Amino acid sequence: MNYGPLIFLAAFFALSGSWVGFVLTPQMQVGQLQQTNVVVSGVAYPLARPGLAREGLEVYRANGCAYCHSQEIVQTGTMRNVVLNEAGTNQAAAVAALMEVTPGTSEGQAREVLRALPKTILQGVTKEAADAVTKSLSTAGAKAEPWVVPVGPDITRGWGKRRTVAQDFLFDYPVMLGSQRVGPDLANVGERLPDPNWHLRHLYAPRLVERKSSMPPYRFLFEKRRIEKLRSADALDLPAEFASGPEFEIVPTRESRALVAYLLSLRADTPLFEAPFTVAGLAASAPGTNAAPTTRGASTNAANSPPTNTPAK
Amino acid sequence: MTQDPTITTGEAAPVEPKPPASIRDTDLSCRLPLLFLFANAAVWLLIGSVFALIASIKFHSPYFLADTAGLTYGRVRPASLDALVYGFCLQAGVAVAIWLLARLGRRTLLGGLSLVGGSVFWNLGVTVGFLGILAGDSTGYELFEMPGYSAMFLFLGWVLMAIPALVTFHYRVARPLFPSQWFIVAAVFWFPWIFSTASLLLLFYPVRGVAQSVISWWYGQNLTEVCLGMLGLGTVFFLVPTVTRRPLHSRYLALLAFGVLLLVTGWGGIPNSAPVPAWMPALSQVSNLLNLILILSVALSVWRTRWPAKPTTAAGAVTGNAPADSASSRGLPNDGTCLSFGIFATASFLVAGLMRSFEAWLNPNELLHFTWFSTARTELQVYGFFAAAIFGAAYYMLPRITGLAFSWPRLARAHYWVGLVGLVLIVLPFAVGGILQAIQLGNPAVPFMNTVRLSAHFLRVSTIGELLLLAGHVLFAANIAGLLRQLYRARVVPVYEAATEDLFEVAEGKA
Repeated sequence: MNYGPLIFLAAFFALSGSWVGFVLTPQMQVGQLQQTNVVVSGVAYPLARPGLAREGLEVYRANGCAYCHSQEIVQTGTMRNVVLNEAGTNQAAAVAALMEVTPGTSEGQAREVLRALPKTILQGVTKEAADAVTKSLSTAGAKAEPWVVPVGPDITRGWGKRRTVAQDFLFDYPVMLGSQRVGPDLANVGERLPDPNWHLRHLYAPRLVERKSSMPPYRFLFEKRRIEKLRSADALDLPAEFASGPEFEIVPTRESRALVAYLLSLRADTPLFEAPFTVAGLAASAPGTNAAPTTRGASTNAANSPPTNTPAK
Repeated sequence: MTQDPTITTGEAAPVEPKPPASIRDTDLSCRLPLLFLFANAAVWLLIGSVFALIASIKFHSPYFLADTAGLTYGRVRPASLDALVYGFCLQAGVAVAIWLLARLGRRTLLGGLSLVGGSVFWNLGVTVGFLGILAGDSTGYELFEMPGYSAMFLFLGWVLMAIPALVTFHYRVARPLFPSQWFIVAAVFWFPWIFSTASLLLLFYPVRGVAQSVISWWYGQNLTEVCLGMLGLGTVFFLVPTVTRRPLHSRYLALLAFGVLLLVTGWGGIPNSAPVPAWMPALSQVSNLLNLILILSVALSVWRTRWPAKPTTAAGAVTGNAPADSASSRGLPNDGTCLSFGIFATASFLVAGLMRSFEAWLNPNELLHFTWFSTARTELQVYGFFAAAIFGAAYYMLPRITGLAFSWPRLARAHYWVGLVGLVLIVLPFAVGGILQAIQLGNPAVPFMNTVRLSAHFLRVSTIGELLLLAGHVLFAANIAGLLRQLYRARVVPVYEAATEDLFEVAEGKA
């Protein structure tokens, strides 16, 4: 190794390896992703963010929100829930089958279950177990289906419904996955916290919403105005200790409204081929309808934990 | 001239028409350009650490300086990081690298003007980029936040600085190569490649979707681990043998380290949980495991050079070049301080590498990279390893290239201790806090606010660490300022006085 050109060539070929591996190949693979059809409903995913949300992405980038917030739901795997939809015509057989697949259920409890369908009868079982249960129930004439349920700490926390995948960021520039969780993950914040006023108040004074919050206030995204005659319609409702006197009002600027529009557009709640989960009602809905309202409607069933569209028990 | 202990191959240098320049000549030829680079680097070091301190205070006091858009945490933090990495690390790294190429090649510096011009462009680029981040023009990619309009300056600056490096290297008089030269030449060539790739594919012709994230992870890995790794290891492999006056333990071990760094290290960097096809994080995981070969071979090299297994006898000992080339022993910081920095850098390199493998392999819930643990690792690599190696080299080379003594040589030792304690106070709480944070994030029964409150304690300690680092950097900058002042007095003042005396004489003559 005493020749300069030799060092140069060694460095050139060795280092270009990682360039081919992590620049060229990803560009040929994930760089060529296209919009896809959502499993079941058949609508296109993802859709480009609407104009104001696109502007909000720039605000998110400029103020470095990604230094404290990730947009990346980690999933450890999937489990199955078994949902019984219909008991069928043979009640006795259905009750017997139900007692067999859910050990410890008395006949009375089983009859109770059959009275209020659809109902989740098993939670968090493996695929094989769920398939076996579904099969034995359908042998008895009942209609049951196994639901795919993603699991993992983030999902149990309610931060998201499924793992984040490459498809979610198709139209974003720049893509800001974030590297820190100083604050909570935002991959699905638009669905988790759908109230724009909550976001505006939180941006203006985080401690208004969460007393111990370590998030800095973004008061520079708001305008302090003297109230002339009437309060502006979009002025923030603030308690006395955060307001700045009775003659003033705090009005969101375009930047903060754009940022909130962007946050509300963050909703990775659509089942995809590479990140499947079962959404209640989606299977029944006619193809071609807009997926977003459907999933939103479905999710209200399970507004609280577990956030996996399990019907209320 | 004494034999350079760093050339251990035993091969005779080919007959050259030009006699090798003396160490003193090569050193002095670097004086002005490298002082220029170092003075700029020291300014960025101070700016970067002041902003790092502000960001650190914001961790636990979010309302501190919160009402100015330009000083919000999400702008201050990337600005401080980029000032340190681009303004200080890369610039000072180039300065040390060029000095090493001149000295190891026994060749006086060629193209000093290009070096100064490159540094001017580079500093212009960093200034524009730094202000751009504060103005909200950050690109949004970590370690690559400087906006597109500063990228041209940076690229041009690097090319202009690389030309004298490569020309000096090419026309070297001592032909056999010492391992430091491999590392430096590879780094000088690799940085513009990764930088232009990132600029083109992320800023000017952006790729689609998460391909951006992959490229930005690749860039970050290659910047902090490969480029800074090469410049830093080149420095350490020179510093430790030279100061201890022993040959480098093994050329083959250095070759192994070089090979692993070239072939393997650049593949790390994709976090386990990244939303990309699984082969990418898997390759990174393998790279992070194989990278253990690199850190262990480096650690062994330095360890065996510093504390050889068989004590060399006086007759067998290779005489060092340190006594011969020191202008005067008075005013030089103790070479032991330079050595301490070198050993400290190696230890940090070892620990940072172990942390990386730990993060890749012993991280069952894949949440560790979302915590302060990964911040600790980057901090250790950039500060503990790279900056420490540069400080050691700077304390060794600056008095030699200027031919002047430091004004306050003892501050070097103080800098070492303050920096060491400061870094431990940053890295240790971040690492421990990060692991606890990952455990809590992995347990959904723990409310998220508990995790926030838990990390606040560790963040408070790290602020003290940042404060100490800043104090150390002030000491470093003070010594550089002292050198500049002496140089000004020694060179500029006599010239000025001579010139003005003439003027007076002329005036008197007329009268």
